[in-house]
Amino acid sequence: MRTGNSEPSFQCWGRYPRLRANFIPLHWTSDFPLSSSLGTSMLPVGLGRSYGDVCLLEGGTLLGSTGLSRLIAFDPQSGLLRCEAGVSLADILDFAVPRGWFLPTTPGTKYVTVGGAIANDVHGKNHHVAGTFGCHVPRFELVRSDGSRFECSGTQNPEWYRATIGGLGLTGLITWADLQLRPILSRKIDYEGIKFVGIEEFLAISRESAQTEYTVAWVDCVAQGRNFARGIFMRGSHSSRAEEFVPSRTPHLMVPVEMPAALLNRFTVGAFNALYYHRQLSRRKSALIDYEPFFYPLDSVLHWNRIYGRNGLLQFQCLLPENGDATGITELLRTIAVSGLASFLAVVKVFGSVESPGMLSFPRPGITLALDFPVGRGTSFALLKRLGSITLEHGGRMYPAKDALMTPHQFQTFYPQWQRFAHYIDPAFSSAFWQRVTAHV
Amino acid sequence: MSKPMPRRILILGATSAIASAVARELLASHAQFFLVARNTEKLDSVRKDLLTRGAGAVTTCVLDLDNTAAHEQMFSAALQALGSIDLALIAYAVSGNQNEAQTSATAAAAILHTNFISTVSLITWLANYFENAHRGTLAVISSVAGDRGRKSNYVYGASKGALNVFLDGVRNRIDRAGVQVLTIRPGFVSTPMTAHLPQGPLFASPAHVARGIVKAVAANKDVVYVPGFWRPIMFIIRSIPEFVFKKLNL
Repeated sequence: MRTGNSEPSFQCWGRYPRLRANFIPLHWTSDFPLSSSLGTSMLPVGLGRSYGDVCLLEGGTLLGSTGLSRLIAFDPQSGLLRCEAGVSLADILDFAVPRGWFLPTTPGTKYVTVGGAIANDVHGKNHHVAGTFGCHVPRFELVRSDGSRFECSGTQNPEWYRATIGGLGLTGLITWADLQLRPILSRKIDYEGIKFVGIEEFLAISRESAQTEYTVAWVDCVAQGRNFARGIFMRGSHSSRAEEFVPSRTPHLMVPVEMPAALLNRFTVGAFNALYYHRQLSRRKSALIDYEPFFYPLDSVLHWNRIYGRNGLLQFQCLLPENGDATGITELLRTIAVSGLASFLAVVKVFGSVESPGMLSFPRPGITLALDFPVGRGTSFALLKRLGSITLEHGGRMYPAKDALMTPHQFQTFYPQWQRFAHYIDPAFSSAFWQRVTAHV
Repeated sequence: MSKPMPRRILILGATSAIASAVARELLASHAQFFLVARNTEKLDSVRKDLLTRGAGAVTTCVLDLDNTAAHEQMFSAALQALGSIDLALIAYAVSGNQNEAQTSATAAAAILHTNFISTVSLITWLANYFENAHRGTLAVISSVAGDRGRKSNYVYGASKGALNVFLDGVRNRIDRAGVQVLTIRPGFVSTPMTAHLPQGPLFASPAHVARGIVKAVAANKDVVYVPGFWRPIMFIIRSIPEFVFKKLNL
């Protein structure tokens, strides 16, 4: 997959696979359609935070959207923000938080664009009450490569609206979008961390926390025996005590170079996990904390993906439907623990039943597990294949935004609506992911 | 030597990526803007962006600044809208096509007209305005390319070099009136002007460059290289003896 020694100019966050493409930055919404025909397929990309190849296109042309960074209008009464699609969630927070507004939902990094958040229909710690990002985007504009423009909402061009939310950037270029923000009284989060051991206990705390706005759990994927599936359940809600808003600081920590991948192994990760688990001494711990470390613990270290070394990382995120028992998730966790390949970044969360308008959206009711593995060490490819099979056996599905290995059979079983979705793909658009999962079996 | 943030701001070439980024950096003071650029739609999206982000007022003027005959009228409209001017930022230029410009003097003259002659017209008016006001900042975006002529872009470089000398003279004249004349020398910035170049580690974002410019305004600087690492790089480039330099492929 690598051609030559130099790095491709645009990489996905996992830095695997590495594919080459032309890169054309867009600066104005009127820059698209391009003035001259390229003769290659195109794909809009944002900040490149999706892990695998949904943001790549070998030999194609990537349309960089971060230059579409302008706000268009904001209604301080209703909290409705209209902005260009390349605006980042970080930029929205800088704008909105001092005015007493917050994102309706946010993934674990704020360095994603609005367009990317719609295209991957991202979710966050409040999925069980708020649904996906797309649930809070009542309207956007879609421009196709033939120059046609569609203003899309639930009632206007509703099929295009549904296809584009979670549509992996394939339906055309999103130029602007409306985003419904939610009011807050302070930057602070009322936080509570609760230690648990085992999936049953995790599920019990999840049920008890159904009314709490944000819930997620870190799980130790290395420990076995009596510590199997131990973790910390983290829940929180926006503080109800009004407080003055102070601006965010820009991060200054950065991983400057690739670290040797061998630094991450069963022993270092096991030690880290034990320390992390025992850092919280009591079973329950409450605190009033800033939203930044609560939502974006990794954003404070720029380029953290470099700790995985030059080969990059593979992310795995699946969803298993709720069926009353925990056998599927237990099998996944046991397989991972036995392999000894997991990193410390593993989370589980219970998704809710708020339905996304997106045709190809990933979340639906059930349990989601997300974690990453270094590429190429030991048997990580074989392990991920095995995890994919377990997911399939239990009627679950995997998340395109975090995938580099799903097979066509798996994708087409996970997303049986894919053929209906395919009608909405712009004929000039494609992605490495789409080519891979729709290849003839 | 910090001074109050400028509140009445005139931007000439307001749809340039660096200019928009500077305008966003100056929003904290609820500034008022008078924006001049050629393209109506682009200018309008910059206006909406600044208004949404909290600008006090934004007035726009669609004008091709190559047309020096229209400058006088544009300035009176700006004064009418702003009342007075704290900061004027000149932020437009064309990179031109070096190959075309070295074979056609007409093409070279067009680059010189936009980057130097029309800018001289603006600077002349603004220098007189600020000298009479005994205050204010005149900030002009030049380029590191003006520090020494190179075969790859010497027509563009000459337009910026001439601009640097002109600004040195203006500064020498009106500094004593309490006016800051700031020559901004950016290196490579990721903007539409450089979109055709392969982006390397020397490229800076417009937002990064804008923060450097706003700091230089606040610190009353005369010449600023943005990002700052260009100052030593250009020092070295200027120090290479001509008998060596003329053999280099730069």
